[in-house]
Amino acid sequence: MLKIDNLSVNYGRIEALRGITLEVKEHEIVTLIGSNGAGKTTTLMSISGLTSKMGGSIAFAGTDITRMAPEKIVHLGIAHVPEGRRVFPSLTVYENLMAGTLGNKRLDKAKIAELIEEQFTLFPRLAERKTQAGGSLSGGEQQMLAVARGLMMDPKMIMLDEPSLGLAPIIVEEIFELICRIRDMGKTVLLIEQNASMALSIADRGYVLANGEVLLSGSGQDLAHNEEVKKAYLGA
Amino acid sequence: MTMQKVKQMWARYRVFLLIAAAVILIVLPLLGFKNSTIRIFCRILMYTTLAGSLNITNGYSGQMSLGHAGFFCVGAYTMAILATRFGISFWLLMPLAGIAAALIGLVVAVPTLRMKGLYLSIITLGASEVIRIIALNWQSLTGGSFGIKDIPRPAILSFEVDSPSKFYYVFLAVAVLFLFVSRRVLNSRVGRGWISIRENELAAKSLGIQTSSAKLTNFMYGAFWAGICGAVYAPYVQYIDSAVFSLDEGFNILSMVIIGGQGTLVGPVVGAVVVNGLTEVLRPIGEWRFVMYGALIIVMMWLRPQGLMGASDNVLAGGKIKAVKKTRRLSAGVQK
Repeated sequence: MLKIDNLSVNYGRIEALRGITLEVKEHEIVTLIGSNGAGKTTTLMSISGLTSKMGGSIAFAGTDITRMAPEKIVHLGIAHVPEGRRVFPSLTVYENLMAGTLGNKRLDKAKIAELIEEQFTLFPRLAERKTQAGGSLSGGEQQMLAVARGLMMDPKMIMLDEPSLGLAPIIVEEIFELICRIRDMGKTVLLIEQNASMALSIADRGYVLANGEVLLSGSGQDLAHNEEVKKAYLGA
Repeated sequence: MTMQKVKQMWARYRVFLLIAAAVILIVLPLLGFKNSTIRIFCRILMYTTLAGSLNITNGYSGQMSLGHAGFFCVGAYTMAILATRFGISFWLLMPLAGIAAALIGLVVAVPTLRMKGLYLSIITLGASEVIRIIALNWQSLTGGSFGIKDIPRPAILSFEVDSPSKFYYVFLAVAVLFLFVSRRVLNSRVGRGWISIRENELAAKSLGIQTSSAKLTNFMYGAFWAGICGAVYAPYVQYIDSAVFSLDEGFNILSMVIIGGQGTLVGPVVGAVVVNGLTEVLRPIGEWRFVMYGALIIVMMWLRPQGLMGASDNVLAGGKIKAVKKTRRLSAGVQK
């Protein structure tokens, strides 16, 4: 579904990505793990067109999106849930969800109502807090809202940037369960995580990034049992 | 709590209250007020639209513009020049003046697209002054420091709009039209895009909103209505010169938006009533009233940073959101 080939990105003189190649297949959860500055967020930003690229190519469902404008990429069906949640603080939960539909002009009223219903079944807590301001939610609820808002544009693939950041372990587990359910709904998930053990436990496949390069790749299980990964990221 | 009660009352008697307000607004000039009082009503209505249109930029898309007087100026001069030289009809010139102001708005907005906060404010401040100084110095077109006099009054067929009480209805119509159209726009895809930029620009981008073009349309929309106000103001006073459109005027409009409440449609209406009302009430103390304004704005920033009509869950009322969050966390902790 998504194919990245030899992609490199520079921030000024700093090489953030040095020719990474990876693939995400339909209905998969693929995770990118790696330490700070490995290039995980940059990879997501380049997929959704928020950074300029030095070289290489990105294709989504057979379309080349390397130099496409961000709103067109969204229109193709890629939702990006950026790091740090970034919910709209003074809009209500419902308004936040409605804002998620802005990028997809194909949605009609009936479809939007259906999508709202879908989010409320997936995240019952958001239904309870429907009229509450986004900024008044707890961290975990805000993360759920950010994910739900991404799903409101009815994407084929959703990219999550560090959904576990700053959340209590019990909430993190809940979030990861939800990610599995999103995959089961027929979406493709590209997940970035520092919490490598959690991410690998639910991922179909994973890539380990270091210094802007792909160090290792394989199935979630294989990577979780790989000695190198264990040492570097799982703290074993 | 009281706010909730007000909201409940509003929900229940909405239609009745709206009709009552409409009736009062329509018969107001017929109740035998002095011309000077009716002029105050006219001011309030004009500033309702002016402050409201600034609020579209500052309150809804979160771009702090300080140069609204400039667009007001463009609208007034467009009307004054074209009406006195070519005798074009007021009704044709009114939208034209709006479009002229919107185009100048585009010229100001394009170079500021990548700027935020203070930098954008400074550019708009400068642009407003540039417009005023051009009006002051382009003698052949604008009459320079002599201004433009004898601006013809509008007429509907043979019925001339020639007194404050007749102009009252023009200002009223503009204000109502502005509020009605803006309400529709803000609830549309376009308006929601503006609001999401205010809330979090990066998130808006990641949701596929074209933030740069949204900011442009937002700026132009605000400037358009300021231009319309200028176009009505020019024949109302019949004489304009550049001194009217100084930075003071810009800050005057801004103070109504801030005092009334940014990011709500009713806020600038209340701001226009309060600030213009205070101007009259405080007239006996002369220039000291400007000190009062300053003090009022400072007190507002302390007590109610979101403005009189701003919601307490507004992003500008940051402290309150945190307070709510904290109590929730505490009570959650108790449960565990």
